Amino acid sequence: MGESITFWVLAVVSVIAALGLVFSRRAVYSALMLGVVMLSLAVLYAVQDAPFLAAVQIIVYTGAVMMLFLFVLMLVGVDSSDSLVETIRGQRFWAILGGLGFAVLLALGIGNAVVGSPKGLAAATRSGNVPSLAELIFTRHVFAFEVTSALLITAALGAMVLAHRERAEAKPTQKDLSRQRFVTFGRTGKNPAPLPGPGTYARHNAIDMPALLPDGSVSPLSVNRYIARYEESRGTLSPEVAQVLEQEEAALRAAGHSTPTVTEEVRDGGPDTEPMPDDGDSVVAGRVVRPRGESPMESLSEEDGK
Amino acid sequence: MEPAEIIQHSGGAIGAAWLMIALPLVGAAVLLLGGRRTDKFGHLLGVLMAVASFVVAALSFAQLLGFAPGERRRGIELYDFIPGLAKVGLLVDPLSISFCLLITFVGSLIHIYSIGYMAHDPNRRRFFAYLNLFVAAMLLLVLADNYVALFVGWEGVGLASYLLIGFWQHKPSAATAAKKAFIVNRVGDFGLLIGIFTIFATFHTLAFNDVLANADKASSGTLTAIGLLLLVGACGKSAQLPLQSWLLDAMEGPTPVSALIHAATMVTAGVYLIVRSGPIFQGAGTAQLVVTIVGVATLLAGAIIGTAKDDIKKALAGSTMSQIGYMVLAAGIGPAGYAFAIAHLITHGFFKADMFLGAGSVMHAMNDEVDMRKYGALRKVMPVTFVTFLVGYLAIIGFPLLSGYFTKDGIIETVMEHNAVLGWLAVLGAGITGFYMSRLVFMTFFGAKRWEPTAHPHESPAVMTWPLIILSVGAIGLGGFLVLGNRFMTFLSPAVGAPEEMPSFHPFSLTGLVTLALVAIGAALAWAKYGRAEVPAVAPRGSFLTAFARRDLYGDALNEALFMRPGQWLTRLAVFFDNRGVDGLVNGLAAGIGGTSGRLRRVQTGFVRSYALSIFLGAAILAGAWLVVGNL
Amino acid sequence: MTTHYLVLSALLFAIGGVGVLVRRNAIVVFMCVELMLNACNLAFVTFARQNGNLDGQLIAFFVMIVAAAEVVIGLAIIVTIFRTRRSASVDDVSLLKY
Repeated sequence: MGESITFWVLAVVSVIAALGLVFSRRAVYSALMLGVVMLSLAVLYAVQDAPFLAAVQIIVYTGAVMMLFLFVLMLVGVDSSDSLVETIRGQRFWAILGGLGFAVLLALGIGNAVVGSPKGLAAATRSGNVPSLAELIFTRHVFAFEVTSALLITAALGAMVLAHRERAEAKPTQKDLSRQRFVTFGRTGKNPAPLPGPGTYARHNAIDMPALLPDGSVSPLSVNRYIARYEESRGTLSPEVAQVLEQEEAALRAAGHSTPTVTEEVRDGGPDTEPMPDDGDSVVAGRVVRPRGESPMESLSEEDGK
Repeated sequence: MEPAEIIQHSGGAIGAAWLMIALPLVGAAVLLLGGRRTDKFGHLLGVLMAVASFVVAALSFAQLLGFAPGERRRGIELYDFIPGLAKVGLLVDPLSISFCLLITFVGSLIHIYSIGYMAHDPNRRRFFAYLNLFVAAMLLLVLADNYVALFVGWEGVGLASYLLIGFWQHKPSAATAAKKAFIVNRVGDFGLLIGIFTIFATFHTLAFNDVLANADKASSGTLTAIGLLLLVGACGKSAQLPLQSWLLDAMEGPTPVSALIHAATMVTAGVYLIVRSGPIFQGAGTAQLVVTIVGVATLLAGAIIGTAKDDIKKALAGSTMSQIGYMVLAAGIGPAGYAFAIAHLITHGFFKADMFLGAGSVMHAMNDEVDMRKYGALRKVMPVTFVTFLVGYLAIIGFPLLSGYFTKDGIIETVMEHNAVLGWLAVLGAGITGFYMSRLVFMTFFGAKRWEPTAHPHESPAVMTWPLIILSVGAIGLGGFLVLGNRFMTFLSPAVGAPEEMPSFHPFSLTGLVTLALVAIGAALAWAKYGRAEVPAVAPRGSFLTAFARRDLYGDALNEALFMRPGQWLTRLAVFFDNRGVDGLVNGLAAGIGGTSGRLRRVQTGFVRSYALSIFLGAAILAGAWLVVGNL
Repeated sequence: MTTHYLVLSALLFAIGGVGVLVRRNAIVVFMCVELMLNACNLAFVTFARQNGNLDGQLIAFFVMIVAAAEVVIGLAIIVTIFRTRRSASVDDVSLLKY
């Protein structure tokens, strides 16, 4: 009776979670749904006289594999969401048809294969579940077990080889970077000095506080555009900052900059814009305007550049 | 009288008879392989080899005469060509030695003549190489003691003929003529080849000795088939109807070639083949009849062609056809005619070579002009040529006591005894001969000068006139020497057999008188039309008959209508079938597979998910099938 | 009861299969593959109990090991592809075609 209740609860949970895994737009949700399914299954293992497997399921799958998935998701872009529009004609129809057919056939085939009540594992695990398993692993299946160790080592090496990038040239030193900054300054007039930090002569050192120049006015360089826009939309933007931004805009317009400036770009493409739709169909590297440091993959792509 | 047994022989000049073939062959090899380095002495080497070959032939002849008549067939074994099947050897007997003497003697004279005639040709060395090659092949043809070696020589002379007709291959007409000769000869050679196959199938050997000795054991049907097939070969090589068309075009070759190959020697190979295979024909009356009919038809056709040609060489070529027709006619009769056929062949070799070389001398003097309408009155500027040509002319029309008188009248008499119709046709041919040869002589040497303004005729150098003189001596006396007292018939009888009773020569038989009268009428007609009267510079249109003769009796037109056009249609049909049918099938198949593949490959979209879907659906279907099968 | 477990296993397997087929994000596809593997494991464990034999559990154990190795390599490949193509869509990797 207890097993039945456990089964029906967990079966419903796991099927719903599996459907959620398949149909959620965001990969992170999918990962979490998968975690739910795995935990449910772990409990079902435990119910079916497999306590060791249940533990391993939680440790290896939920603990290690799922973490790996999440880690990679973070690398790739956590808040990216997939488009669920199908691009291959007939794919979805046939896939669902095939899935339904497969489920029915398997249920009919395997489900009807079992006759009689389970024998139970009491006889097989007289010395306990784990010792019995261990006995099997280290006697009858010892060769397979050793081979799996080779497999795991190979997998670890393979992952390293695949993920490793050879650096083609020496890493630039501070001297190189400094020289580069001044070369850029000489060519384009870009300020070689670091951007001013927030809060010089300010009452706060919070990120939303602009730096003040010696005359007490706001340094436009130190205004964080995102925060400014956010505050503008909430109506909490301080008037000094607003003034500085307007002045800058006017100056730019007067100078005849018809092309969109960085500021404008930032304004047009705010945080609402998908910085990285990782459903790669529409993404061409470099076409999507993306402010610095927005994407977790930025560091990776930077490395590509070098 | 049956042919004598063959006695194996070695030693002496006859034992070295292979030298006759080898010497000119070496000459040809040296000249062809040596290339330009041999340019300086090439002609001398060629002459030397031909003369040396003649010396061997003469010595062999002398040695042969030393034996008793019944022991004059001498076989020389050379080697086993195909062990157990074909031994290659030489057969020196009165028949082959006669040919050898003719070939090497006339050949040597023509070699010498060519030194002068080809003096200005940059390729003279190559010319002599081909001449030597021809002499070697021709000697192999007549000396062979079996049909295979004979066939090798047969093809060899065909090759040499092809090379020499097309010697001036820069002239498209020469190249075409060479090709034509080669192709028409292929037809004949094919017949000969099948004939040889049949001989082998019937007798299981190819040696003359074994085949001919056992000829009477084969059925007459088989012998008729063999005889007709051999006749096809003979017709091709000897330009007999219906394979005569190549000979007139072959006159595109240098004149010495026309004299040696297309008058004196190679074209007589057919006569040799028929005479040599005598027992086969004697066992097949039908084949013999066909041979005589072919001979008569050709002698009349050649004569008619000769009356209408203005090209001196083509007129002579028609004459050659006609004379070989006489020989074939005689050879078709049997042992009674063999001796006359061969005797006429030899005298013809002399007087026709004489006349061809004379014609060459005239052409040499007239800037290679061949149109007789542009000659005339040459007798005074070229006295030696004129006299020697006159001798040849008198010999061929059968002027009493000259060579042709004895040999041709001998043929006519023999044929008359055999078959009166054929005999009177032969007499008619002799009359026409009198007309066209007289026409030729009158147009060339008599009448008014009709020369081109640039022509400055002159007598030819001594190297060209001396061969003419020697040949004309032969043309005068050889016939009487051979025929009187049946000298040649007796000499030849061990090789080819002889009739039961030897013919006796009647100087003034009825036939002979009629022949002479017809010849005289022909000559008189020619004098009236071409000697006394003005010869128009451009040939008059003439009647239908003239056109008929000028077009070679429509032989080419017939060939084109009967063989060329249907052949072309057949080829076009085959090409059409190949292009549309075979190619269509193959290309269509390829295009079909290609098109299907082009559509099928669209399945390979590159999308992993498509592939996964097919796997998934496949697995589902398998599971379903398993369920169904498992529940059955 | 065993039949219930097996039907659940078949359902999860089919859902995973459909997920593999309809999702384009390589990571999600991977998760679906893991789901299918887990469904198999459930069937193994169920059969182990049904037959009173520990081999089913043992095989599930090996499946987990292989799955772990597979995930490591697969994710490494995804990261590498992402680096060069800026995309984790399986449909983008479709050059190998007609």
